[in-house]
Amino acid sequence: MIRWLLLLFGGALLGGIVHLATIIILPRTATQDAYSRLTPIAPVNTVTSLPEPTPEKSVMPLMDPAFASAICRYDLSKGPMKLTVPVSLAYTSVSFYTDRDIAYYAINDRSAGRRNIELDLMTVEQHNEMPEDEEITAADRLIVESPTLTGVIAIRALAPDPGLMPMAKRAVDAARCQHTDVAKDAD
Amino acid sequence: MRLLLGTLFALAVAAAVGLGATYFALTHNAAFGALRIGAWTAWPKTGTQDADPYARAEIARTGRLPVALGDGVTFLASTDDKGKRLDGRCDVQIVGVTPAARFWTLTLYNREGELVPNSINRYAFTSQEIVRRGDGSFEIVVAPRANAGNWLPTGGVERYTLALRFYDTAVGVATKEGREVPMPAVKTRSCP
Repeated sequence: MIRWLLLLFGGALLGGIVHLATIIILPRTATQDAYSRLTPIAPVNTVTSLPEPTPEKSVMPLMDPAFASAICRYDLSKGPMKLTVPVSLAYTSVSFYTDRDIAYYAINDRSAGRRNIELDLMTVEQHNEMPEDEEITAADRLIVESPTLTGVIAIRALAPDPGLMPMAKRAVDAARCQHTDVAKDAD
Repeated sequence: MRLLLGTLFALAVAAAVGLGATYFALTHNAAFGALRIGAWTAWPKTGTQDADPYARAEIARTGRLPVALGDGVTFLASTDDKGKRLDGRCDVQIVGVTPAARFWTLTLYNREGELVPNSINRYAFTSQEIVRRGDGSFEIVVAPRANAGNWLPTGGVERYTLALRFYDTAVGVATKEGREVPMPAVKTRSCP
């Protein structure tokens, strides 16, 4: 009897380890997480607008239908990125996620305080490698450090009522996301 | 023989306990730091880099992008204030005021997090759309049939979840339940 109780106790203890292990491993093995859902529809390092969620079709669950949204799936292995988002009339926000869908930074039109939200996105190493003199001119630039090489930026504009949806869509469609050196050549 | 049987028994217990607990945690959103106010629950930390392993697992399983904390906070309700499950065949009232925010939206989802089809293609309200009372409070009726005033159709689904999202708000990780976060009441008014 005691033997079986001990086995039961041991099994339960082992069960606790199984539980913690599965919880920690799950995000690494998930095939239906947001990043995996976005990968086939969004080319890397460019802005892709997402279709409005409808009852029949939605790219991700729990999307807010009052927002027009676009995403930029980024890969920083070839250098920093530059993101420009025009501010729409109501509310515009830019959120940064790692390739495991963890939000690490977000900014909205009011905290950006201009007609365009302009950001430079780079890894911590790329930020450290930036020359000193550029650091000074960078004072008025907003630099966001990405904890991972790849990830996704969500650009969203609110349509306070349905009639304003085209306006919100135009704002997110005009967003630009490209490598910093490409952006410089274009200037 | 006894050793083999014992080992198999212990392993079976381990699998049942471990996987059962994981399933329970994922279906009941076991993330830490829940902010519960009335029928509403938010997990402000889920929208940050400090998201705990349970929050990370839940995000990966559902396949959503959580609202980042610098952007806003999501409150979910799947029961009314008395703990009764929200039923799309009943009339449910959402009455009161909200915490300070630049905008908020109220959206109705089915259990899978999808929008629910209805005759007028209305899936959500924004803070700008609703009609308010003189004192600034509002009343939204979530019901299967058309109602006067702010009507959010349920499409007659059996169970649904309401998401109340606040954008550009001070509500966050440090927020405690109390007077600074007045959430609207959720009341089931009548059921057929």
